[in-house]
Amino acid sequence: MFSGEQIAALFAELGVTHVVTVPDSTIGKWGDAIARANGMHLVRVCREGEAWSVAAGLHFGGARPLVLIQCTGLFESGDSLRNVLHDWKLPIFSVIGYRSFLNQETLPGDSCLVFTEPVLDAWKIEYKLITSESQIGTIREHYRACLAAGKPGAALIAEGKA
Amino acid sequence: MSGPRERMSQREAMAALHAARRADDVVVTSMGAARIWMALGARPLDLPLVPSSMGTAPSIGLGIALAQPGRRVIVVNGDGAMLMNLGSLVTITAAAPANLTLILVDNGVYEVTGAQPTPGAAAGRADGASVDFEVIARACGFRSVYHFSNAASWTRDIERVLGEPGPTFVLLDVISMPGTPGPRSPGPAAARALELRRRLARGFS
Repeated sequence: MFSGEQIAALFAELGVTHVVTVPDSTIGKWGDAIARANGMHLVRVCREGEAWSVAAGLHFGGARPLVLIQCTGLFESGDSLRNVLHDWKLPIFSVIGYRSFLNQETLPGDSCLVFTEPVLDAWKIEYKLITSESQIGTIREHYRACLAAGKPGAALIAEGKA
Repeated sequence: MSGPRERMSQREAMAALHAARRADDVVVTSMGAARIWMALGARPLDLPLVPSSMGTAPSIGLGIALAQPGRRVIVVNGDGAMLMNLGSLVTITAAAPANLTLILVDNGVYEVTGAQPTPGAAAGRADGASVDFEVIARACGFRSVYHFSNAASWTRDIERVLGEPGPTFVLLDVISMPGTPGPRSPGPAAARALELRRRLARGFS
């Protein structure tokens, strides 16, 4: 849907300093462009639960991190996410790939479609569903609104084949 | 794998660190280490990670170290917590922050839940041989790795160890203290988070 250059330019415009990530086949293609962007660092972690904790430390240290993971990683993130967003109440924004939303050819009946949005609701994360390239402005507006409110938020990026 | 070894008290180990740390260091502690650290007297830049998500202290320390490259960050983690997030050792060495020291206090048990053995401890393993965190750290890419089993050698060498370019891994063999309570939160987490960020942003020491 989006190119790495589009995403890197958007994150730079929003003042993101660090993108903490575990790749998937869609968002992973953005990594090189993010790593090349001036003033922005790509932090590769081993599992998604780590991403929230590294982002928390970056936030404590004065940086403006963003978590970039797939929805399967959201499921894995549980307790770390709870601690960072709800105990410490850190306003960490995330961009989450929504596996199989656009195409179930590879994984017919993918349970990601059953659980992703209810899990975001359960964790009380306000999200915007992004299904087309024309919605890049929605990500920008939602990020800025969450930043101004000092609360977490997410952009849920519809993906195609797994 | 390794067998039984000499151990120091965790309080002695932490007291040595408390005496050696600089005022402008950030010290992140979790679980039993956080309880002892708060009793010794945490400084304004310290982060007793209470409430915590068990295992996340090294990751949080890594984030602080990356955001504040000019400041030493010291993380004190337990062995049970380390086993929950072993991948963080690889993440740390991938990012390679020169200002990060990870201290692992290994007592072989989940102390605050009643001292049940961890799967890494001799008592928790079918083969009766404990997992060797020193070897694990080296295999994960740490170049500076230290191992201390008594307080005298740890106290003697601590300033040199903390002065090493990191990331540095330190394994301390400590005695378990069954029945020890978990740490108590020193205050509302959200307010402490805001205050720590404000202090770090202005270079508070």
